[in-house]
Amino acid sequence: MVDSARLSLHVPEPAVRPGGQPDFSNVKIAKAGSVPRPGVDVASEDIRDLAYSIIRVLNRDGEAVGPWAGSLSDEELLTGLRNMMKLRAFDARMLMAQRQGKTSFYMQHLGEEAVSCAFRKALKKGDMNFPTYRQAGLLIADDYPMVEMMNQIYSNESDPLHGRQLPIMYSSKEHGFFTISGNLATQYVQAVGWAMASAIKNDSRIAAAWIGDGSTAESDFHSALVFASTYKAPVILNIVNNQWAISTFQGIARGGSGTFAARGLGFGIPALRVDGNDYLAVHAVARWAAERARRNLGPTLIEHVTYRVGAHSTSDDPSAYRPKTESEAWPLGDPVLRLKKHLIVKGVWSEERHVQAEAEITDEVIEAQRQAEAHGTLHAGGKPSVRDIFEGVYAEMPAHIRRQRQKAGY
Amino acid sequence: MARMTMIEAVRSAMDVSMAKDDNVVVFGEDVGYFGGVFRCTQGLQAKYGRTRCFDTPISESGIVGTAIGMAAYGLKPCVEIQFADYMYPAYDQLTQEAARIRYRSNGDFTCPIVVRMPTGGGIFGGQTHSQSPEALFTHVCGLKVIVPSNPYDAKGLLIAAIEDPDPVMFLEPKRLYNGPFDGHHERPVTPWSKHELGEVPDGHYTIPIGKAEVRRVGSAVTVVAYGTMVHVALAAAEDAGIDAEVIDLRSLLPLDLDTIVKSVAKTGRCVVVHEATLTSGFGAEVVALVQEHCFYHLEAPVVRVAGWDTPYPHAQEWDYFPGPGRVGRALAEVMEA
Repeated sequence: MVDSARLSLHVPEPAVRPGGQPDFSNVKIAKAGSVPRPGVDVASEDIRDLAYSIIRVLNRDGEAVGPWAGSLSDEELLTGLRNMMKLRAFDARMLMAQRQGKTSFYMQHLGEEAVSCAFRKALKKGDMNFPTYRQAGLLIADDYPMVEMMNQIYSNESDPLHGRQLPIMYSSKEHGFFTISGNLATQYVQAVGWAMASAIKNDSRIAAAWIGDGSTAESDFHSALVFASTYKAPVILNIVNNQWAISTFQGIARGGSGTFAARGLGFGIPALRVDGNDYLAVHAVARWAAERARRNLGPTLIEHVTYRVGAHSTSDDPSAYRPKTESEAWPLGDPVLRLKKHLIVKGVWSEERHVQAEAEITDEVIEAQRQAEAHGTLHAGGKPSVRDIFEGVYAEMPAHIRRQRQKAGY
Repeated sequence: MARMTMIEAVRSAMDVSMAKDDNVVVFGEDVGYFGGVFRCTQGLQAKYGRTRCFDTPISESGIVGTAIGMAAYGLKPCVEIQFADYMYPAYDQLTQEAARIRYRSNGDFTCPIVVRMPTGGGIFGGQTHSQSPEALFTHVCGLKVIVPSNPYDAKGLLIAAIEDPDPVMFLEPKRLYNGPFDGHHERPVTPWSKHELGEVPDGHYTIPIGKAEVRRVGSAVTVVAYGTMVHVALAAAEDAGIDAEVIDLRSLLPLDLDTIVKSVAKTGRCVVVHEATLTSGFGAEVVALVQEHCFYHLEAPVVRVAGWDTPYPHAQEWDYFPGPGRVGRALAEVMEA
């Protein structure tokens, strides 16, 4: 007979709390260029290691090395740098606009710019993303007008969504960006459905699902994996592991599993981890997964390992739950600075041109902001009509809503 | 004109819709090869192939979530939740996603899905195979909610639902799947094939969503019912010998308020019957609307007859939801007032 011990509950805790020394010793960083690049038709069980390692292309010296290097031209890399800089400048202005009371809420991408900006360039026109609130880079990198994004953030009279959505919850079918939900993980399984539909219709378009590390605990994440696996849907299942789900560290949602990517293995889905702060690596892995999907080889799961440098949202105070200097200690560095260094090393960029580009981009963002604010901000004129409340619930307005609209005086 | 059970009528609706439009796809648990636990989808996979009618993993949220994605792509999914009782894992997808996608994207994306589910009791299904969750959907703006009471309506309404540009919840009263009982639980079920209402056209036709039907014309009292309770209400009116007008709502959202108001204005009395639990049930909405729109016509307080506010019992199901006796007592009560 076994002696019964007193049981105790294990509650995971991050290595460090405010006031402590930042500690990322648990993040095992593979050397740039060291992870192999298998053929796209590889079986998931043959690349188990890729679910535990981290694919990286840029080394400390700013060089692109290894089998995942070389998927982008100099011109494409310069565009990528510019897009990331634009997203960063956009974030800074909109964060300030929120602090000035021009909108109610904002969420920035600081430190994560490479993930969405690089990924978008591996997709084609017509492909569909089912994003979370932190992939505005998908729009920026697809040249969606910043003025439109700002109009949405301000809920002004030109807001394409007529003031109905929380700021940053954009929607653009034309730019392959599915309407964002505040309910977490719902979009993950919807993406799989979209991809299944494309396969049912023998189309060539693919879908990309997006989720944060914390939301992988939602049941829809698991539903999505089982459907994607069962029907071999042409979908790329992205997990953006930015270490923090508001104040909850990634170890809570990850539980006992080695990595988030490893969750794909149980479903027979090829799973890879990529350095999310390495523009070249993200693009190369995204292109690999996109090729798999387009060749009808089924889904791929990608864990983007990154760090949320900013607060979760404008309602969050990260200094309450993590060391203030933790982001500086993040071992994968800053995506903008890393790509900038690479381009300088290649001789196609310089400090001077970078400073000049920053100024140009700032001007561009300020000009967009000026144009957007001419249409109004949340609390200062230029609002959508009250009539818009009642429109668009159904394709055709039913009688009971019409009665309510009339009661409201419209 | 063919004679069909409600199961056959539902199947015929999907068949007609799939033949007419390649974008209509049907899926859910056991609906493919086997044809569904109630056989509503029998033969569709053989006829239309495995990519248009297929089995899914047991994941209601997955079924509805993928349907939403397919609808965003441009398909018209008609999915089955095996029992209405099982739809709760999909509730988030239905109420906060499907219902809102048109609104929140300002029409950039739409969600023309149909979610079919067998609903209600009377087949000894116990607590987890007998629920009537319609009020959980009628509270949600952006959804449409339909409960048919006979094969003709079931087919016409389901085709209309599949062709509708918005998400439709289609609740099929399983007590009526194989034939109309005459409203008396102690009597055997009459198959639709022996019933006048079982006549169903073979081809395509639709019944407009949002239109009620007067099943029995009367002048003394209005009985508002839907689904199985339409038959109970008709039986109660006959048994009680009361000149009751019986309205079959068919569509709960949008609701045909005009037909209700017109009738109550005529009769001055109203009884609302449903088998879902009483508290915050759909009857409360009907009573509130009658009060708002017919107050000066009313000669008696409006009475609700509904399932008890308890979970659905297995052995005592016929004592649980309203039969003609309970409805008859309610009719007598409003007539005496």
